[in-house]
This record gives sequence, C-alpha cells and structure tokens, in this order.
Amino acid sequence: MTTRSRLPFYIAVFLLISAGISLAVWRHIELGIPWLTGEQRPVWMVEARIDFDAGDGSVLASLNIPEQPPGFRILTEQAASPGYGFSIIDSSGSRRAEWSKREVSGPQTLYFKAQFIPDPNAQSEIPARKPKTPNTFWEEPEATAVQEILEQAKARSSTPESMTRELIRLMQPDTRTQNTTLLVSEDNYLNLLVDMLNHSGIAARIADGLRLEDARRRQQLMPYLQIYNGERWLTFNPKTAEQGVPDDLLLWRQGSASLLDVVGGENSEVSFSMLRQTVPALQLATMESASNGLGFLSFYELPIEEQSMFRMLLLLPLGALMVAFMRIVIGIRTSGTFMPVLIAVAFVQTTLIPGLIAFLSVVSIGLLMRGYLSSLNLLLVSRISALIILVIFITAGLSIIGYQMGFNTGMTVTFFPMVIIAWTIERMSILWEEEGAHEVMVQGAGSLFVAICAYLLMSAPLASHLTFNFPELHLVILGLILLMGQYTGYKLSELRRFTPMKAYD
Amino acid sequence: MLNMNRRNVDYIARYNERSSYPLVDNKLKTKLVVAEYGVKTPKLLQVVHQQHEISHFREMAEDLAGFAIKPAKGSGGKGITVITGRDGEEYVKASGSRVDSSFLERHLTNILAGLYSLAGTPDVAIVENLVESAPSLAKYSHQGVPDIRIIVFQGYPVMAMLRLATTASDGKANLHQGAVGVGLDIGSGRGLNAVQFNRPITLHPDTGLALENIQIEAWDEMLEMASRCYEATGLGYMGVDLVVDANEGPLLLELNARPGLAIQMANGRGLLPRLRAIESLKRPHFTPLERSRFAMETFASS
Repeated sequence: MTTRSRLPFYIAVFLLISAGISLAVWRHIELGIPWLTGEQRPVWMVEARIDFDAGDGSVLASLNIPEQPPGFRILTEQAASPGYGFSIIDSSGSRRAEWSKREVSGPQTLYFKAQFIPDPNAQSEIPARKPKTPNTFWEEPEATAVQEILEQAKARSSTPESMTRELIRLMQPDTRTQNTTLLVSEDNYLNLLVDMLNHSGIAARIADGLRLEDARRRQQLMPYLQIYNGERWLTFNPKTAEQGVPDDLLLWRQGSASLLDVVGGENSEVSFSMLRQTVPALQLATMESASNGLGFLSFYELPIEEQSMFRMLLLLPLGALMVAFMRIVIGIRTSGTFMPVLIAVAFVQTTLIPGLIAFLSVVSIGLLMRGYLSSLNLLLVSRISALIILVIFITAGLSIIGYQMGFNTGMTVTFFPMVIIAWTIERMSILWEEEGAHEVMVQGAGSLFVAICAYLLMSAPLASHLTFNFPELHLVILGLILLMGQYTGYKLSELRRFTPMKAYD
Repeated sequence: MLNMNRRNVDYIARYNERSSYPLVDNKLKTKLVVAEYGVKTPKLLQVVHQQHEISHFREMAEDLAGFAIKPAKGSGGKGITVITGRDGEEYVKASGSRVDSSFLERHLTNILAGLYSLAGTPDVAIVENLVESAPSLAKYSHQGVPDIRIIVFQGYPVMAMLRLATTASDGKANLHQGAVGVGLDIGSGRGLNAVQFNRPITLHPDTGLALENIQIEAWDEMLEMASRCYEATGLGYMGVDLVVDANEGPLLLELNARPGLAIQMANGRGLLPRLRAIESLKRPHFTPLERSRFAMETFASS
C-alpha cells in the first residue's frame, strides 16, 4: 500500500543480482571458466618412457607418478603399453603406476602420459604427521666434521629455512673448508646434505623435478632438496640454495622411496619428453570440474543430449527479458505475450532469413485457410484443433516442396511450435475481423520485431556461452525483470501517444 | 499524465484486490452485486448457461422488439450484439443489417464456447433489455448508445468522458477504434474538449454537431451512482460505464478494473494530480453522496 513495502523488494533484487554476479565471478576464478568464448590455456603434456630388458618370465614395473606437484594441476593421465595390465596405485603418500605381464622377453618400452595445467595456487598436500628425522652414525673424523659444520650453520641461522641455506652455502666448493672437503665427494653431495639436515633435527628428503621446456625429449629428472619447516615441505635448489619451485619446474617425485622399480627385468631407465599444448579454456574447465568435485554446480556432467537441451532452455530467459523490455519500456504491442520468444527460439534453430520466410508463409497460408474455417461457424475448440492440423499440413507441404525444389531450408519449418502458430493464426484472424487489417499489421510487425530482437540477442555466441556456463547469471536476469515489473515511467510509445496533450499545457 | 506502467503498478496492482476482479469481469455478477447497492442496470431478460438452453432463446425473443446479447466475461465490447427491431422473421441489428435467428443462435454458441471471454474460458450469455438512449445525447452519436466513462478512485469520481460512436468506430464506443471521446467537467457534467484518434476535434465527424455544448442531465445522480460502485466491488481504481436511458434514467452498463488512459486525452489533462489529491486526503468521506459532492467541488474546471 505504501512506499515502505518497496524497500525489502529492492533489497531482494539487489541480493539476487549481486548473488548472480558474485557466483559467476567465483566460478570464473575457482573453476577457470572463461568469460569469453575461444580463450586458450597452456597445458604441458609430459610423457615418461620406461625402457628395460625383460628376462623371460613375469614382469612388474612400477613408476612413481606425481600426486600434487606444487604449481601444477593434473588434468589427465594415461598409459600406453601393449599387452600389459595397468593400474594406478595410491599408497601412503606415493602414487605409483604399475604395469604387469605374465610372459615377457626382450626389450620393452612402456609409456605414461600426463597433462599438467600451470596453476600458481596449486600446493602440495600438507603432511598429516611430522616426518621422522633419522640420525646417521658417522665414524670419526667425519662425525666431528659434521658436528662442526652444523654448528657453524646453526650459529648463522634462526629458522630451518635459513639453516638449510647456510648449510648449502657452507658446502659449496668456493667456501669449502677442510671439514667439507673431508665429507663431500662427487656423488654423495645431496645425500650427505639430507643426512646432515636430518641429523640436526630438520626433516629433509630428495625430490626429483623436471624442467619444462617445449618439445624436449630424453630429459632426465633433476634432484632437489626438500626440508620440512614444521608446516610444509619446502623445496631448495641444492646448488644455489634458492628456495621455492620455479614456474617451469615440475616436481615429479616427492617423498617416495624410488622412482622406478622393475621386477623381472634389467637395464631399466626412465626418460621424459614434453610438449606445450594449448587447450580451449572452456574445455579445460569442463574436464577439471568433473574431477574436483565442483562439477555438480554446472551442467557439464549431464549427458550430452540434456546438455544441448539446457543450452536451448537457458536462452529463454534472455528472450523473456527482451520481451519484458520491449513491452514495458518501449511499449511495442505483440500478439500473445511470449509468442515472440517461442518464434525467436525457432529462429535460433532455423537461422533468421529462412525462418522468417517459413514463418510468414505458414502464417499467411494459415490465415487464408482460417478465413474459410470462420465461415463454417465452428466451435472454438474444434476450430483451433482443425487449425493445428492445417498448420501441420502446411508445414509438411512447405517442407516437401522446398526439398523437391532443392531448398533444404524448407525443412526448417518443422522447428516452429505448431500449437503456437495455430493460436497466432487464430488471434490474428479474430483481430482482423474485429479491429481491421491495420491492427493485425501493427501487432504482427511488433511481434516479429520483438522476435527478431530476441533472436539477435539469443543467437550471439557470447549469450549462449554465458547462459550455459554461468547459469547463475539468470539470477541477474530475474532481478532485472523484477525491477522492470516496478517500472512506472512512460513507455517510449506513450511519449508519442501523449504528444497531442502538449497543446493543453 | 498517468502512463500505462504507473497505472498498472501504482494503482491497479495496489488498489484493486485480485479477488474482486471476477465481480467486474463477469457482467452477470456485476449486475447482481450492484443491484444490492441500489445501482440500476438494464433489465436482465435471460441468461443462457448451457448449449441446450439456446432453444429457449427463440421463445423468449419471440415478442421482444429490441435486446442486447452479451458475453458475461467479454471485454472491450467484444461479442455484443444489439438488436434494435424486427423485420418479419429477421432481426435488425443496430448497424441496420438484418440477421436471422440461426445467426443469433450461432452467436450464443460462440459465446458459450468462450470465443469472447478474456481467457477463452467457457462463458454464459446474458440477454438484456435494449437501452434506449436519451434523445438529448443520442443525437450526437452515429449509431450505438453514447456511454459515459467515469474513473472512480477510492470511491471518488475523478474524471469522466462521454464516448460517441462514429462510422470509423463501426458503431462501437471504443476510443482506439475511432470513437469520439468528449471530456466532461466533473463539477457540472458539461463537455470540455473532444478528441478522435488522439487528435482534438470540435465537430462530430458524422453528425456534424458541435461537441462543446454537451450537457449531461442528472449529472450529480450519475456521479453518486458511480461512486456507489466502490462499495459494491471494493475496487479502488476502476472505470464505471453508464448510459442514460430515455425511460429509466442513468443505468450501469459495466465496470472495468483496468480502465484505459485515453480519458486523459479527452479531458486534455492528466489523471495523476487528481489521484494524488485523493491519496493525500487525511480523512476520506464515507458516503457516496459526500464523495461525489467533494469531487464536484474539487475537480470542477474553473
């Protein structure tokens, strides 16, 4: 009754619109669904190749594969290895790909392929328990040397991170003292570092990383040092003491004992090749949503047939918005409130010009036949029913004639909703009898104009992309339509209608 | 000026209870309910509910000279057939054309099937006594009965116009079909200003009579009748259509819960200031008489 009651309404509309927009933004950020069509994202395809010689008998090959490499997300994984049984085994902190075969002999090659998406936010899992720090027993004089170096590093540091950096610096050739020269040899450097850190109470381990460069083959893993700082594992370059994982470094093995185990074969080795690919961002989001549990929020998991149906259905609100706008703000008269939307939907399937021709010919032939029906003085229901059948005849006729004349577009008539067309013809015909041809022209042209506008809106690729991939944007449309329901200003057409009134002012 | 959107949102949706709509959308219900409040309507001759009752229609119509067949739920004058006389077995329509009784029976059938009803729902047909327009007004109209549309807001008559049929409007009193609208002074019932097709005119296009000097008789009685319809229906914003019968005086033809905006053009002024004036009344008047008196004082021109 009063203006007071409008406030909750505006708040509700505001909430609807902001909920729609923020949900869409959230999904854009979280799932990476692109705003625009045709956006591309880089993806790294990494292939691990395992070669070994099988000694006659059964073989079990097991390769450590990445679980949650920091800075990357795993998109797909697949193995190629003829005749082998394959499975991925998840066991206590390490994932392994296992191939097995009963009778093997001669050289064998197995492939494991995985796609990785660079994602700066991806983190390794935080270990549930604090890792153990096994003490190493050194003989004298190494024990004293270790002790001294550790004390030296400890004196210059305050945290596990700084301790690690200091230790690495102390062990470098240019800063080497007698103590280090005693300890370090060519090939035990990293193991020694790990042992010393563990000895000093900082959990440490070796991780293997792969430097990603486009189109490289026969690459080997490079060892990196990881220490546990009480919360998470931190990665260090064991040579430069540089902390963190560079963007182009994929940590293939973390915290697993061995990279490759082959039982029943020898001379086994792993090499990696990699390729940088680009994938449409939308496809990426679709593939990911299935795996990360947020898929239930979208239509991607529905069967394809339902998906394409929803693609169509979700366009309808846009048409409704257009009709509401045209009728409330512009003031165009249409015959039947939402007939234009349904016609526009049909146009989307037929494309504009063939659809327009088909629609106009069906309606005008229908109007001619309706003229005869009206002279029969039938009851309303049977007249409409007869009209529906006639409309079907007309569409069938147009399709067949169009096809025989070589126009495939003639077939598109079938996309029009028959019942709606029948009612349109009926309304137009009554309008013609009661108000004259002029009104039929006005309303018919108005309906077609609105239908074409709705069609143009709905057929824009961006529109179908946004409505389907961000269904929450319909909340915004709903809010706008609700707002328009409260619009009390002049319609554009009323400005013209009331012009003569200026004479009285 | 009151526009379509504001009328719908601020007046119709706010002041008109949805539950009262059937009262005005169904002419039969309107007749019955306003009769309780002492508002006269054309005499009801017959109500046809069912297809088989149509056969009684012929018996009833046998000795009638003039009558009108209306769909109870029709809108905008659709489906109304007015018979003004007989020519042997044939009936003479208001337009002068002659039809036989089978035409009328078919017409009744159409009405029952809902051809003219608002949502295409099955309907009943009512047969009413023919209204004989008072000659003082009838001379202005080309065919048809001139009727008076009064907008009643919360029981106050706020604006009025006289609608005259023309050849262009095919004897119908609908402004958008080309009927002439003559704005009426609420204070006196005198004609103010006339329009056809939204353009000001001074002479009736068919009869050639000057439209300035129209004076409605029994004006205060009509205003009171109109404002009494508010009590009958409870609709805060409605259009009341009245006719002046030569014998019975003012009669209510129908009520309209969604009256059009063309009345503003006919009066040459907007409804909005008057509606606002009523809305800002601190103490509304309680009786129809008080309300119509108030309106006559407040909204009189000059």
